[in-house]
Amino acid sequence: MSETLQHIVIVFGILFGLLTLAAGLIWIERRLLGVWQNRYGPNRVGPLGIFIVLADMIKIFFKEDWIPPFADKKVFVIAPTIIMFVVLMSWAVVPVAPGVVVLDLNVGILFFLAMSSIGIYSTVLAGWASNNKYSLLGGLRMSAQMFSYEVFMGLSLMGVVIMAGSFNLTDIVNAQKNMWFVVPQFLGFIIFFIAGLAESHRLPFDMPEAESELIAGFHSEYSGMKFGMFFVGEYVGVTLISAFIVTLFFGGWHGPVLPPFVWFFLKMMFFICLFVLLRAALPRPRYDQLLSYGWKILLPLALLNIVVTGGLVLAFE
Amino acid sequence: MVSLLKSLWYVFLHMFQKRVTVQYPEEKNYLPPRWRGRIVLTRDPDGEERCVACYLCSVACPVDCIALAATEEEDGRRYPDFFRINFSRCIYCGYCEEACPTYAIQLIPDFEMAEYNRQNMVYEKEHLLINGEGKYHGYNFYKYAGLELKNKGKGEGENEAPPVDPKSLMP
Repeated sequence: MSETLQHIVIVFGILFGLLTLAAGLIWIERRLLGVWQNRYGPNRVGPLGIFIVLADMIKIFFKEDWIPPFADKKVFVIAPTIIMFVVLMSWAVVPVAPGVVVLDLNVGILFFLAMSSIGIYSTVLAGWASNNKYSLLGGLRMSAQMFSYEVFMGLSLMGVVIMAGSFNLTDIVNAQKNMWFVVPQFLGFIIFFIAGLAESHRLPFDMPEAESELIAGFHSEYSGMKFGMFFVGEYVGVTLISAFIVTLFFGGWHGPVLPPFVWFFLKMMFFICLFVLLRAALPRPRYDQLLSYGWKILLPLALLNIVVTGGLVLAFE
Repeated sequence: MVSLLKSLWYVFLHMFQKRVTVQYPEEKNYLPPRWRGRIVLTRDPDGEERCVACYLCSVACPVDCIALAATEEEDGRRYPDFFRINFSRCIYCGYCEEACPTYAIQLIPDFEMAEYNRQNMVYEKEHLLINGEGKYHGYNFYKYAGLELKNKGKGEGENEAPPVDPKSLMP
């Protein structure tokens, strides 16, 4: 009984913490972008402007939730829920601290990859159901971008899997007790980072949205809480990619002095801030450059990484 | 690749630079003395309205935000019956000030006119009139104008020659 209770606490704790974090990211991102652009960002509502989150939530809940008459209504409604569902499901396999994981799957990485593949449907269906050429272009770009980056996103993780000898994320974290995998798997880390950036379609890889060309792309017809779901989905996606980078390459909860959860959180926040810094600093590449960069450079590198890692592991064991 | 990392680093360094934001309600920017902000109607040194309701400001206004109607006092002095400026339309171009022949309408540096109710942006004459002379001191249009008033005949203004008698043959 107490074990069940503990499990329920973990499930709701992670869910609650995650949604709070995703909401807080609205503030964090705007403040950080401001800091890196020599301004202050929102600093009026509450201490340091943190209640801007509440103001934003109230605003987005009270906005008119409009479905365009030309849209495919059912698909239009389903699309934003998919991304939320998918990123929250992916979080289920992330071990936050020893024993604190919703679902200790033995195929954790594969589950994550599968879920992020399903995430494509959200944007593609949103772009299709909006029945609007810009949205459709956004959805189209999304599918191409996700397809090409998904391939070596999975491949870049295989080095880690070879070294840890397991798909289970808890095992992978435990295997990094003495050395973080970022040292031997630096190439894998870089490739996974870029692929994760493309996967969460954040700047500089926000081709599907591309405000300046596609008028917000796949979600240009969305308003109110449906838009909010895309928004929260994107932020949870950022935390998800950061959490995976930390778990797979930066030793998860391992760290001296501080409790494991705090280490995990600090490392994750570092990568979230790095995501924001990338957004603040880098311009959006051209669309074909993005795809050829993925297929011509990153895919061969990922394959090379697997071959070398596999060969070395075979040679030394 | 190196240039990308370099730009990341430079953007990161912005964190330690000075903010350019002016925290507006607490700190205020320097405004030049001739800043064109809110419009006022001034009075002449005797405390009378300077406006002679000539409609030139209304005509000059590119956004048609000035409305007025002329009326006359018993001594022949013209003044606006009502004078209305819709500040939600006003673009603070200052053309009305340039057009005004009597220095009545003037733009002052105040720009803080935010209102919750749109109708409150419409200023009537009693809101526009101030008790001073504004930027041009000591000027009284009627002292110079060759207009006949109750206590001033034709040709009695300052620097004004007596009127020519058109029926006289003398030079």
